[in-house]
Formats: sequence, C-alpha cells, structure tokens
Amino acid sequence: MPMTMAEKIMAKASGRKEAKAGEIVMADIDVAMTHDLTGPLSVESFKKIGTEKVWDPEKIVVLFDHQVPADSLDAAQNHIMLREFVKEQNITNFYDVKEGVCHQILPEKGHIVPGEVVVGTDSHTCTHGALGAFSTGIGSTDMAMVFATGQLWFKIPETIKFEIEGTLKDHVYAKDVVLNIIGKIGADGATYKACEFAGETTKTMPISERMVLCNMAIEMGGKTGLVEPDEKTVNYLKNRTTKKYEIMKTDPQAASMETMHIDVADLEPQIACPHNVDNVKSISKVEGTPIDQVFLGSCTNGRLEDLRTAAAIMKGQQVSDKVRMLVIPASREIYIQAMDEGLLRIFAESGALVCNPCCGPCLGGHIGLIGPGEVSLSTSNRNFKGRQGSPDAEVYLSSAAVAASSAIKGSITDPRK
Amino acid sequence: MKDIVKGKVWKFGDDIDTDIIIPGRYLVLTDEKDLAACAMEGCDPEFAKKVKPGDIMVGGRNFGCGSSREHAPIAIKGAGISAVVAESFARIFYRNAINIGLPLIEVKGISKHVSQGDELEIDMKNGILRNLTTDEDFQIEGLPPFMVEILNKGGLIPYLKEKLIAEK
Repeated sequence: MPMTMAEKIMAKASGRKEAKAGEIVMADIDVAMTHDLTGPLSVESFKKIGTEKVWDPEKIVVLFDHQVPADSLDAAQNHIMLREFVKEQNITNFYDVKEGVCHQILPEKGHIVPGEVVVGTDSHTCTHGALGAFSTGIGSTDMAMVFATGQLWFKIPETIKFEIEGTLKDHVYAKDVVLNIIGKIGADGATYKACEFAGETTKTMPISERMVLCNMAIEMGGKTGLVEPDEKTVNYLKNRTTKKYEIMKTDPQAASMETMHIDVADLEPQIACPHNVDNVKSISKVEGTPIDQVFLGSCTNGRLEDLRTAAAIMKGQQVSDKVRMLVIPASREIYIQAMDEGLLRIFAESGALVCNPCCGPCLGGHIGLIGPGEVSLSTSNRNFKGRQGSPDAEVYLSSAAVAASSAIKGSITDPRK
Repeated sequence: MKDIVKGKVWKFGDDIDTDIIIPGRYLVLTDEKDLAACAMEGCDPEFAKKVKPGDIMVGGRNFGCGSSREHAPIAIKGAGISAVVAESFARIFYRNAINIGLPLIEVKGISKHVSQGDELEIDMKNGILRNLTTDEDFQIEGLPPFMVEILNKGGLIPYLKEKLIAEK
C-alpha cells in the first residue's frame, strides 16, 4: 500500500507493516522532551500515576530555556524541582540554563534522527520534522503517560504536501514562504494534518531554513512538519549523532495526501500582522509602521544564518533611538560561532542588546516584555494578543532581514531598499 | 464525567488562543486555583470573578490554538467551567482537555445559535446539546470509546493508574 512519510513512521512505531490516516495507534516514543515551563506539570502528573521510575531515562531530554536564568522565585523553584527529578531518574540528557532553546538544542546535540517519533511539551516540537522525524507537541499529562509507559496514542494524520517551487528573490526566506502559506490556508487550514514541505525550493534550503518551515506548521494547526531527508540531512547528522536511523519517504501514490502548489518566485517579504499569525501581508502594505522593540531570535529565527543576515544589514549602522533591539542566539553553539565571526560585536556596536541563549520575549514570560500601546517586530512565531506582554500591545512577525532593517530605520522596512 | 451538564453560556469568538486563555507570564504557576484566577485574562480580565461553577464556554473555530501549555484547560476547568463547546478545536488543546477530564464538544455552526448568557444543557449520554433559552436541539457526535472512558475516569492519570494496577 502506498503510504505517506507520516504513515510509515507511525506504522513502524506501532509495530505494524502498514498504517493509514485516521487509524488510532499506540506508538512507541523515541525521544521525549520537556522544559522548565511545562516540565513541572509533567513531573507532577507523572508522580500522580504512582510509577516510581520513568520507562527509559536515555530517551528523555530535559532542558531549561524559557526562563533562564531564573527571573523569579517561582521560576527558580521550578528549576530546582526539575534538577531533582533528573537526578532521581538518572536522566543524563539534561541541559541546564546554559545551552539554549529546546528546538535548536535537540537537533544540535544529535537527539533527532529521521524516521523516529519525537514528542515534546512544547507546541513547536514540530520543528524536528525538518530532519524527517514525526515530531509533535503534547501536553503535560500526555508526557506523564510517556514518562511512565514510553507510549502514546495517536490518530494518524492525513498529509498536506506543499510543493514549493521557484527561486526566492534576495532577502526572501523560508519565514516569508511559510507565512505566505499560513496566510493562504489560515490558522486552522492544516488542523491535525502532517505538513510535508517539498518541491525544488525546499530541497535547495539548508536545514536551518527547513526548520523554519516545520516550526510554523503548528501555526496552521498542523500535527507535525516534515521534510523528506536527503543528502543535506545526512550531512547535518554526520557529526552530531551516533544513532542509527531509517529514512522514510512519501510514496507518490499515497492515498491520504492532498497537494498544494506554491510558487514563490515573485514572493515579497511577508509580515504577520496583529493579532493572528494568518493575518499576513506583503511588506509593501505595512512599510513605515512605527515600532518600539525588535526581537531577533527564537526557535524560528535565532540560528546562525539569521544572525549573519541581520549583521550584514546592520554593520556600521545604529539601531534607531526609538527602538530597543534584543538579539538572542538560539544556542550556546550559535552564540560562540557568532562571536567568532564578529557578529555579536556588530550587534553590540549598533546598540542592540545581546542576551544569553533562551526563548526571550517570544512568550512574554521572561525578559523584554512590551507595555501597553507598544509595538514589537519579532522573528518568532506567534503574535497573539498579549503574547509578548501587555494585551494592549501589538506584535508583528517577520524574517531576520526585515527585523534588522526595521531596527535601523525605527519602522517596518523592506530590507531590499 | 456527569451525564448531563447544565449552565450559563460564556461566549467567545474564533481563534481563542492559549495566550488569551492563560498568558505566558503565569506559566510558572501549577496550582489549578492560581491558574483559574487568571483564566481568559487576555480578553476579559474580570472573567474569573464572574464565572459560576457549572457554566459552559462556547467558542468559534480553532478554539485553543497555539501553545501546548496544559495550564490553559486547567485554568478553564479550575474556573468552574463544566464543558467547552466550539465549532472546532486545535488538537493539542483538545488532547490536553480530555486528558484532564474537561469535556469538549464540537458542534459545527453553534456560534450562530448561542448567545452570551443563554442556558445550555448537554446530555452526554444521548448526544444532545440543548439551548434552553431558544429551545433548539443539536446532535453531538460521539467520542471514540477510549476517550469516553478517560473522561469517565476523570482524566488520563486516573485512567492510566487503574490500567497499570490491573496489568500488575
């Protein structure tokens, strides 16, 4: 039977030869990730089940990224509780405050390989489909079940395949492509579907850009993002993991799949306007909108490529007096590399604040909150009302290039000008 | 899960996201009562004070979109809401709510037939949602049996606890 990638991975995980969309299966979990914000609830729920030990400490990854370093006594207490948990459960894949954002750290440290099932108590866990894993966000109670049994039930999703074609113009990126798709199909346009990104444009993208596509799958309701593994995937994994893996690909005749063709040759930089991610406009429609804060970072666009793009635009220039800019590399590895390449110096000289690797203002629960009436331009993935602080503030989403040029100008600015 | 729930409607629109339900700055909290005190703060800061135990929340499309934070259904349940009815739900929120024993009911087109303050009655067993104010009835699609069982046990944890003990 021709199957999609999602069906093949789920079939394997549930010990079957075949599986088709709509079926409910009990799947074995290969990687289970939790962090400082949703971890405490997961541990509390796990303890309520009454099982003393987790099913397999080697398959669990715990890390701190949302509130690092701790910014309140509550956060510090949550960190203490999770440190005790990893110790008592012998969880060695533990990354304390120093490493960075979960969806960068997991692939970077070799936890993600193609063909596996990954769950995380964070909705952007779908990012890891960029390496060909079935990866999805779950809640804390589901995670408690995984901790106890190593399994979780899934309804196998149908697949929506985005065939992306065309050469992107200068200063147009994966972020613009995915925002464009979300604008077209809506915030619930792919509800409970596997969003497989394909086509020549996807194939030419580096892993970091594929991660941007998959990261945003949840913003259209997707269960997971997916990209078919290729040579770039294998090269990325080469020095990062010793895990064995199986590459699975969607059969062209798979029944549970619809295909959408996206031509990006003429695409302009895209902006998601307040207060929904599917409220997407081309930059020409919102150019000149005044901004108070720019955030360059997050699990969407805090990677080295993003920092390089932004630094190239900002070199020798000053961030507008009207704007505060926060630059947050997504991981320690990226931070060090950006330091070696002189990027951090460019940001600091331009007047941007360079912070330690963390989620930053993305979730409005740590540093860089915005106040009533303020406007943020952010390279992160959500612009919901109140997302980055006050419910009376506004958040626009963009690529790193738009963020950089806008920080200099003090208003939303097309980086091509 | 009660067979019949009855309560006053709190009506919300489309795309009610998890940041509206419980903003990020409150995620350091884990206690149901603490979270309930901030429920829906993003769109109605007075909600937690006004809601009465047993009341029913009605939303539009894509209710609960966004984050995987279980704090969201916990805050709603903690505030006393007995069930959430919506045109459609985002899937992580859907799982989370069922897992903590908060019934969710999907009814297409329901927004047009329910107003703020209406009295609703939901007959879970017979699959009927009744608007007592307008005297209209709606069919509810049944959940898969294992989800009904999870709800009947009060959530995934008690369900699992029982199952693991039985397996021993």
